[in-house]
Amino acid sequence: MLKFENVSKVYDDGFKAVDSISFEIPKGELLVLIGPSGSGKSTTMKMINRMEPHTSGKISINGKDNNSYVASELRRGIGYVIQQIGLFPHYTIEKNIAIVPQLNGWSPDKIKPRVTELLELVGLDPKIYANRYPKELSGGQQQRVGIARALASDPEVILMDEPFSALDPLTREQLQGELISLQKKLNKTIIFVTHDMDEALKMGDRIAIMKDGKLLQLDTPENLLHEPAHGFVEEFIGKHRIIQNPELMPVIDIMSESVITSLPQSSPEKAISLIRQRKITDLIIVDESKALLGIVSAYDVIKKVNNIRTIEEIMQPIGHFLQDTASARDAIIMMDESPFGLIPIVDEKQKVIGLVTRGSLLSALSSQWTETEEVVI
Amino acid sequence: MNNLSIWQQLTEQSQMRWREVLEATSVHIQLVFFSMLIAIILGVSLGILVTRVPQLTTLVLGGAGVMQTIPSLALLGFMIPIFGIGVKTAIAALFLYSLLPIARNTYAGINDVDPATREAAKGMGMTSMQILFKVELPLAIPVIMAGIRTAAVINVGNATLAAFIGAGGLGDFIFLGITRGIDGLILLGAIPAALLAIILEVFFSSVERWTTPKGLKA
Repeated sequence: MLKFENVSKVYDDGFKAVDSISFEIPKGELLVLIGPSGSGKSTTMKMINRMEPHTSGKISINGKDNNSYVASELRRGIGYVIQQIGLFPHYTIEKNIAIVPQLNGWSPDKIKPRVTELLELVGLDPKIYANRYPKELSGGQQQRVGIARALASDPEVILMDEPFSALDPLTREQLQGELISLQKKLNKTIIFVTHDMDEALKMGDRIAIMKDGKLLQLDTPENLLHEPAHGFVEEFIGKHRIIQNPELMPVIDIMSESVITSLPQSSPEKAISLIRQRKITDLIIVDESKALLGIVSAYDVIKKVNNIRTIEEIMQPIGHFLQDTASARDAIIMMDESPFGLIPIVDEKQKVIGLVTRGSLLSALSSQWTETEEVVI
Repeated sequence: MNNLSIWQQLTEQSQMRWREVLEATSVHIQLVFFSMLIAIILGVSLGILVTRVPQLTTLVLGGAGVMQTIPSLALLGFMIPIFGIGVKTAIAALFLYSLLPIARNTYAGINDVDPATREAAKGMGMTSMQILFKVELPLAIPVIMAGIRTAAVINVGNATLAAFIGAGGLGDFIFLGITRGIDGLILLGAIPAALLAIILEVFFSSVERWTTPKGLKA
């Protein structure tokens, strides 16, 4: 969809704002560009619609060189949202949203319903807001209009330059969430510049970390957190974020790998000795290939030891288990619902590879907490 | 005649010269109108030009500023070798005087447009001309109108000096009154000139209010 090939931006005074970066963004991805100020992240974004022309390399959109367009026509096909919003103060909200469709020569009877649709999409009642002027709206409402304006002529690509940075934390949080759901609904390709790592982790399908005009790492939030390719990346992300974000902590990092399992054909006596020996309350039952079958509780085995021949007879199915791709957050949520107080972790072949118990969850979280405390001290 | 009170003089003179006063007022208005017309066209254009070519800012606004520091009478004098004596010279001088407030306010009005508005306009794919006519000028209009109003009011006053170089206007009565020592005659020129200035002030104030975009009004 969007492709950078060895793109650089060198100013007349020799300053290299962007230094030979290459990457590709597939359609429908929300890519976050992040880095300290002066890292070239905004410049990189603005080279796409040529608000900042690049000096070498090639940027192509759907395979077409962005230099092959007339600049104004290129920009009309790309949504643009900026931190300072920049609504036209002398235009009503309706006229503000209609700007690009009008530039593209839409007929008025096509524009009107489009404006109504967009206002509803960004959560503003058209009856109330269509005829108001920007200064009558709050900052958050203005940026909603800014987003509606960028979507107006249905561009495939949208550029957003720190769109929520100037908003109060509550509004910012709200708009972040709404943009994510809007993105899912509309499947736009979005390039989102921010300096806020929490925002990046929340919003980005992938995150590109930049410094001094260079692209240090471009990866999914999970991979960035687990395999920072560069000392700076690690420092910039901040180790504490893993603890703040159980969402991004894979469950395999907190599970215990020594799972006590048994085959269903096993006798109750054998099961009891295993339970006593290992001081466990429940026994995970697997087949020969270690695939998850069910669970037998120690209480049941001891109670029914004389009535059964194999533990299969008292095995209960287990509804609460997680794939190895799940996050610690998933485990925390599921733990509350799990009747056994434990969650087996299985791989794609349903093979049991680990177990999360209340205890392992707690110790995983608390160990990381104490780690941060040490950092603080 | 000098023994009469100033009001008696004024009454007597106006009964005697009211036709001349009307004629002079019309000449005065023409002087102001044509000089302002040229000043608005050129001043606004120059103001726009210097926002586009910043290197010219000092030259144009500085140059127009220098014009204003030249005493009005001297400026009229400078114009005589170029345009000779009469209306043309007066209009040229009055135009030069009005240029600065208009050019400067146009420049300031456009420069005052929020850079974010301009960036958004450019980013949405407006051409430089579209940005000028749909964004910058509409937003700068109140400031430009204020410049025109200032220029017009100053212009009415300066136009009385045009009488010195034979361009006519209400100045004729003032200088006649001074040379002959008839105070009533001075008032006969001064009062209509003052009224004209007030009328223009009121007129341009309402135009200013009327042209201010609704979204900018408090």
